[in-house]
Amino acid sequence: MSPDYIELTYGQLALAASLMVVCGAISLALQLGLERRLALGTLRTIVQLLLLGWVLRWVFAAAEQWYYVVTLMAAMTVVAGTAAVRRVERRYAGLLVDSLLAIWLSAWCVTAVGAFGVVQVPLERLAQYGIPLLGMVLHNTLTGISLGIDRLGSELAGRRDEVETLLALGATRWEAAQGAVRQAVRTGLIPTLNTMMVLGIVSIPGMMTGQLLAGIDPIQAALYQMVIMFLIAAGASLGTMTVGLLAYRRLFTAEHQFLPGRLKK
Amino acid sequence: MSGSGGRLPTLPFRLENRVSATLPLIEARNLRRRHPEGRGWLLDGVSVTLLPGMRVALDGPSGAGKTLLLRALAMLDPIEDGELFWRGKPVARAAVPVFRSRVIYLHQRPALLGETVEAAFRRPFRLKVHGASRYDESRIVAWLERLGRGAGLLRQPTAELSGGERQMVALLRAMQLDPAVLLLDEPAAALDAPTAESVECLVAEWFDAAPARRAFCWVSHDRRQAAHMTDRTLRLAAGRMAPPQEEPKNVP
Repeated sequence: MSPDYIELTYGQLALAASLMVVCGAISLALQLGLERRLALGTLRTIVQLLLLGWVLRWVFAAAEQWYYVVTLMAAMTVVAGTAAVRRVERRYAGLLVDSLLAIWLSAWCVTAVGAFGVVQVPLERLAQYGIPLLGMVLHNTLTGISLGIDRLGSELAGRRDEVETLLALGATRWEAAQGAVRQAVRTGLIPTLNTMMVLGIVSIPGMMTGQLLAGIDPIQAALYQMVIMFLIAAGASLGTMTVGLLAYRRLFTAEHQFLPGRLKK
Repeated sequence: MSGSGGRLPTLPFRLENRVSATLPLIEARNLRRRHPEGRGWLLDGVSVTLLPGMRVALDGPSGAGKTLLLRALAMLDPIEDGELFWRGKPVARAAVPVFRSRVIYLHQRPALLGETVEAAFRRPFRLKVHGASRYDESRIVAWLERLGRGAGLLRQPTAELSGGERQMVALLRAMQLDPAVLLLDEPAAALDAPTAESVECLVAEWFDAAPARRAFCWVSHDRRQAAHMTDRTLRLAAGRMAPPQEEPKNVP
């Protein structure tokens, strides 16, 4: 595509990786015990990213077959939805379904708006734009959902007496759950909001760095970064709220009853 | 249990509709609740009728299902089988909060919800169902004075209250909402004798304000308390109603 950047060779990669060898040597000399983890990290970085590069090259080459692109996107979404609930402490039956539903709904809607509405990507270039966009949105939605659902479980378990008392006094299930749901959604959004606050002050954001290296005009790069930031924030908010509502519907019946027994450690 | 799902027609009530005084406030038929791990029934076909003016003591060994029964009567737990009627009609899903504003279940260990006692009293009025009524401080203060406490208690942080004070506050919080039915889950169990008597006084006062329209069910192991607070005793054993051990006392 754009020739306006310096191509790298595997030799140059090896040169950069040799920095890791230097770090390993220091670790050995000072007996920090980090060599093994450094080696593993280096290896995983190389293998994972080369694999990603090859998969993307293959999908980009087959980009006129849009269903290859969509299949890859679906796979990315399932992996993200599963990862989001992996470390959730208090679980309930249906948690994985809720997470997948929430991440799919929010990330795909937001990415569609971004790709087709804002950037106006033509369908034949969906691979080049859609996959990186979705990837960034997924990553942040995953974090939001993961933090939000974890917090919702601990809030509802911790506020059990409060929820029960409110219901007994005539609260609707929403009135009884509101405090916990609100707290959960806020928690899920903290990382995204923090990022927005310091964006461009502490460091040049990753995607903008990439575009600058590829020779794109800094203002254009900044515009792209802003669009991405809003997509990310929208995805994380939507995803966290959706999963909060889905979980709330599973833990409260339509008769305004609270089912704390469904939350299991 | 759900609004539309009443299997039995409301036939038995048509007769009683003519004599509105005898229309039960709550009628529960054959309530069944399964053990969550599938080991039998926690409530095994319990039927209860609460007519206006009834003061019922609920007794039975621990684990008999007394708390579960009261919670089921307030529709706080899902039940597997059985029916519940409020003034002769099943309660629709959307009407459950209104039902619970008329039939208030008081927890053994109530949460007070608020920094101060006053905030705790005000909290229910922020619920939609109580939106039409307002917090009336003079009423609360009058009750507090009856208990030998002043308005000063209102400013006290809820975190500093004793167990007995918490029970009193929870009871007054419910009473200010003028419910028709109170379901009291051992409200005096953790209290010293004078405080327990205060709680009894308050419940009696609430009931006597409109005995033709109110009823309560009180879980108590205390025979003395049951004898002077209530006019009949229901016994629960292993999730079933036990046959009465004594004739209902005839208290006017």
